[in-house]
Parts: sequence; C-alpha cells; structure tokens
Amino acid sequence: MELIKELLFNTDKKLAEFYLWAKNLWLSFGLHPVFLDIIIQLLVVIAVAAFLVFNALFIIYYDRKVAAKFQVRYGPNRVGYKGILQTVADTIKLLIKEDINPDKVDKVIFVLAPFLVFIPAFMVFLVIPFGKGLIPADLNIGILYVLAITGLSVIGILSAGWASNNKYSLIGGLRSAAQIVSYEIPMVLAILAILILAGSLKMGDIVNAQSSISKWFIFLQPVGFLIFLIAGNAEINRAPFDLPEAESELVSGFITEYSALKFAFFFLAEYTNLFLTSAIATTLFLGGWQGPFLPSFVWFIIKVYLVVTFLMWIRWTFPRIRVDQLMEFSWKYLIPIAFLNLIITAIVVKIV
Amino acid sequence: MADIPLQLEKGRETDEYILSMGPQHPSTHGVLRVVLKLDGEVVKDAIPDVGYIHTGIEKLLENRKYDQIIPYTDRTDYLSAVNNNLAYCLAVEKLLGIEVPERAKIIRVILAELNRIMSHLLWYSAYGMDMGALTPIIYAFREREEIIDMMEAMTGGRLTHNALRIGGFKYDLPSDFIPKLKKFISHFNDRVDEYEALLINNVIFTSRTKGIGILKKEIGINYGVTGPSLRGSDVVYDLRKIEPYSGYEKFDFQVCTGKNGDTWDRCIVRMNEMRESLKILTQSIDLLKEGEIMAKVPKIIKPAPGEVYAAVEGPRGEVGVYIVSDGSEKPYRIKLRSPSFSNLSVLKEIVVGYKIADIVAIMGSLDLVIPEIDR
Repeated sequence: MELIKELLFNTDKKLAEFYLWAKNLWLSFGLHPVFLDIIIQLLVVIAVAAFLVFNALFIIYYDRKVAAKFQVRYGPNRVGYKGILQTVADTIKLLIKEDINPDKVDKVIFVLAPFLVFIPAFMVFLVIPFGKGLIPADLNIGILYVLAITGLSVIGILSAGWASNNKYSLIGGLRSAAQIVSYEIPMVLAILAILILAGSLKMGDIVNAQSSISKWFIFLQPVGFLIFLIAGNAEINRAPFDLPEAESELVSGFITEYSALKFAFFFLAEYTNLFLTSAIATTLFLGGWQGPFLPSFVWFIIKVYLVVTFLMWIRWTFPRIRVDQLMEFSWKYLIPIAFLNLIITAIVVKIV
Repeated sequence: MADIPLQLEKGRETDEYILSMGPQHPSTHGVLRVVLKLDGEVVKDAIPDVGYIHTGIEKLLENRKYDQIIPYTDRTDYLSAVNNNLAYCLAVEKLLGIEVPERAKIIRVILAELNRIMSHLLWYSAYGMDMGALTPIIYAFREREEIIDMMEAMTGGRLTHNALRIGGFKYDLPSDFIPKLKKFISHFNDRVDEYEALLINNVIFTSRTKGIGILKKEIGINYGVTGPSLRGSDVVYDLRKIEPYSGYEKFDFQVCTGKNGDTWDRCIVRMNEMRESLKILTQSIDLLKEGEIMAKVPKIIKPAPGEVYAAVEGPRGEVGVYIVSDGSEKPYRIKLRSPSFSNLSVLKEIVVGYKIADIVAIMGSLDLVIPEIDR
C-alpha cells in the first residue's frame, strides 16, 4: 500500500531509485552503462507509443460521443460497452481494406507522406511532462524542440497534396502550408511571453514555475492562452480552421486519394495532434501535472481532456472560415496582438 | 457537355487551371457538374453542366393519362412534392373548368406550407454542411421529422407524397392531424430562433455570406430567377400574393425580401419565410371548415383541346406546368417550368471573382435540386 502510494505521488524519486538500482545491477555484470540507457530509453519510447495509440483510439471515440451530445443523438453504442470498442472495429476495418494507389501518383512521396505527418506528431511527446518525473527526456531546449518538430508535419501534408496528382489535394496541401506557416508565428509569440515568465525553455522548469494555482500562466497570460488555443487549433487543421480538408469545398483535401492504412495514419495523426496541442496548452498555461490530492499524471490527463473537450466544443459549433479571412485573421489581428502581449509582458517583468 | 472544359481552355492563361467540380462532389447536392476556371483559389469562370440524371419525365408524361401523371410530378422536385402536385392539378382543373371545394383548398395550403417548411429546413441543414458546420443538420432534421410524420399519416408517403388528386383529395385529414399540427406550431417559432442563433447569426457565417454573390435585381429578373433567391434582391415577387391560387388570398402574410441580394439576404429570406409559413398554418386551422374534399370530376378525364399554364410558388420559386391538350385522354405535351433551372443559370453572373469556398456558399444559397433541373 505504502509502496503504491509512493509510486503514485512521488514518481520521480521512485524512478530515480529504480534507475540507480538498475545501474548498479548492470555495472555488477561488468557491462557498459550506455547500453542500459539505450534499453531504458527504448522501453520509455514503447510505453509512450503504446499510451498514445490507445489514447488516440479513445480520443476518437470521445470525439464522436461529444459530437453526439452536441447533436442530440446517441453516437456509437453498439460495439463493446457503450460503443467503446467502436474505434477498434473501425481501425481493423481500415487495416484489412484494399490499399489503393492511384495510377498517376508520385509513388514514393505518396507512400511516405502519411508517415511524414504521423512521425512528428509522435516525436513531440519526447518532451511532454506527463507527470512528476514522467517526462521521456527533459531537454534543455524543450519548447523550441516542440515548435521545430510540429512545424515538420507541414512537409508531409504538402507532399501528400502534391503526390496525389489531384487538384483538390493540391489546393488542400497549399492551403495547409499557408495556414501552418502563418499561425506558427502568433503561437511562437504567445509562447515567448511564457518563456519570459518562466525563464527557461525546459518543460520541467516551466511546470515548476507554476507551482500554485495563482501562478498558473493562464492567469498571468490570459491573452496569450487565447492566442495559443486559436493558433494551436489552426495548426492541427480542426474546425473552424479545417480548410485543408474542407469536405464541402475540396472533397477531402490532401487526404482525398488516400485509403485504408495510409488514411488511418492521417486520422491517427490528426487526433494525436489534438491531444498534443491540448497537452502543450496544459503544460504551458494550466500548471501541467500539478494539483492536489490526485496523482500527478491523473491531473495531467484531466486537464488535457478539459482542453480537448473545449476544442471539440468549438469544432462542433462553428462553420468554417474562408481562406482569405484565415490569413487576414492571423496577420492582421493575432500577430499584432501577440506582439503587444509580448512587449507588455517584457516591460512588466522588467519593472516588477 | 463534354466540350465545356475545351470552351474554358480557350484563352486560358498559363497560371490558370480548370477544375471539374462534380458530378460527384459533396456540395453540388446531387449530380451537378460545375466546370471552373481558377487562378489559385479565385474563380475566373464557371459553367454549370446539367443533364446527368435526365430521365425524360416530360416525354414520359405524354404517354400517361391525366390522373396517372401526379406521382411523376412528385419526382421532379422531391423536396416539395406537394407544390409540384398542386401546380399540375391546378393546370388540369383550369383545363377542365373544375372548382375545388373550399375544404380541399385549405388542406392543400396546409400541405403546401408544411412542404415549404420541410424544404427550407433541408436547405438550412445542407447549407450548414456547405459552410462546414456539422451540427445544424441534426437540429433541423428533428423538426423536419415531425412534419414528415404528419405527412406520412396523411398521405402514406414520407418524401414523395402523391398527396393531391385532380379536383381535391381522395382522403380527408386523419383525425390526429390538427392536434399534431397545433403542437408543431406551438414550438416551431422558438426553433427557428434557435437555428438563427446556431448558424445564421454566427459571426463566421455572416462574414462569409454578407456581400458575397450579389445578385442584382435586373440580372435576376432577366435570367428568370424566382423564389427566395430573387426576393433576396428586394423584388416583391411571390405568386401567393400577386396571383393567388388555392385560396391564398384569404391568408394574411408578408412577402419576405432582402436588401442587397447577397448570399446572406437569400438565407435570411428563407428563415423568415418559415415564420410566415407558420403564420399561414395558424390561420388555416381557423379557416378549415367541414365539407366536401373532392369536386365532381369525370371518371375519364378528357379535356377539350386547348392550352393552359398554371404556376405556384414553390420553396425554390415559380413551379409552372404548361399543358397542351388535343382532346384525348393523354396530354399532347407537358412542359414543366422548374425554378432551380433558371436559378442555376444565373450562377456564372454571381460567382466570378470569388473564391472556391464562396462558390459553395453561393450555390447553396440558390437552393438547387438537381432532378428538377434535369427532369
């Protein structure tokens, strides 16, 4: 009992003890310590990947249930208890479907594109603090790494649009490129203000800087939080910013020609990105894993799902914005406001 | 049909490209094809291509007896079956010189207005989808289902009702129809407010529709645009008011119009029309008196040789039926005037210069039904 309690609430200490114990054991066999680190890192990667896959399965189900609630209907309720296995069934269906490669596609890029979208989404979780001490790698450049890697997914979308040899896909890909590039700027500016307050790029330090609820950056940076949410929502191409895959305009945008497993990867990436954006918002603005009574990672999941629910609420309420309004909104409103926010933050921090 | 891309190919700049939108496309609402010349996202030219589901209904009708034709008219515009029935029945009744009993007239108005609300609700939900809002459809279908249930109880059909007969009705309203109708009337006004709050007054929606796709009065009239699409351009043209038929002169209602003729005006006209239809329904309950529902119609309908045109105000505009009779049991020629066809023809005038997303918005605001265009 005590041990479980310790494990739940002081995860960092227990993990450190375990690492020391393993290292001593390893050294007693007379092996080089680097290999131990590699093995442990591999285990961590597998654990995170497994968590993310199951989480993505759940989050798709959750999205459909939330949508159903907003739309006065039931949502999936046949497969498993209250339909909880619906996504699993869907995934199996996608796996066994015929994998269609249209004739005139650019084969190599066409096949590569889903992975170019999917892999960055997973890589970012390297620096996400899931709980006290539960961070795969607390890099010194943490948040910079996040921004760099999330920016990569645009290459995948763009190449999917180009390689499909379909005009709808191409328009979708180009829209996406324009969108991600212009919304990254306000997002970075909003994060910069956080960095001024936290004084570090390290994700662990940013969480530690928000040790009590009054120090949460959402209260110190409400404007920044809004900008981050809007820009983050635009980055992951969800309504009202779902222009790259706008169904009523571009059929399915850059996913039009994709089917079966490749489609599943895009789908998985989309929902992983949703979770990711919410996780970053939680870490930067909502105090990360900090909270009373409950274990740290439980708090983290609760907060992330609150943000996820909020984003879903927006998605199922608003119509889609138009492409020129999208650009206008970013360049004419978000970026100036973000700049102003950054300057004011800098001045206030200097004075106080 | 096939040479439309070639037409656009002429004089095409190198940075322009041709995109064939449809016939299979989520927002052409059926098998309509619009060939676009685009410069990036901007539309340079647009040619609608119709005829993919041409069924030859007009020719078919020449081989049917007069009373066998009614179900065919259901299938041209399946979203407002009653209004099509009504136009046809009015034409034949005019040809035969039959006066329809008072009660039948009122029931016709009730069904026609319910049909109008049904059609506008479907437009609203489909338009929400066009604009990327996926929730309004479910809300509108909730109320649409109520109407469909009423219609089903009355006619046995949910979409193609085949409700009317030449001279009146075969069956009277079922006993629980009026209570159901009263219940519907009691809450529907609030629901329309809800729809407006959910979609029409949304800030993204207004910014995407206001000032987009402006249809000038003169252009609209020249192209023969009718219905809410024309009334959005501030033209007071509603057959129910200017050429009342089936007892519409007894009802007190407003003809809704817009100001600028942009997409938003066309939307708001439809929303207000639902409220006006509700007013008509409310009055019709009081006007409904006991009585005959069928006029004296000969068993074999053989009109004297002659020509006749009758038109009603359908949800999309003027639904006209032109009949030429040669004195036999079958009509010599029937021409259907479908509002969607004329409304679509104006597309090119109002989309050029806007973006791809606007095309969807503008086309949706014209409320097209493709089987009616192709017939």
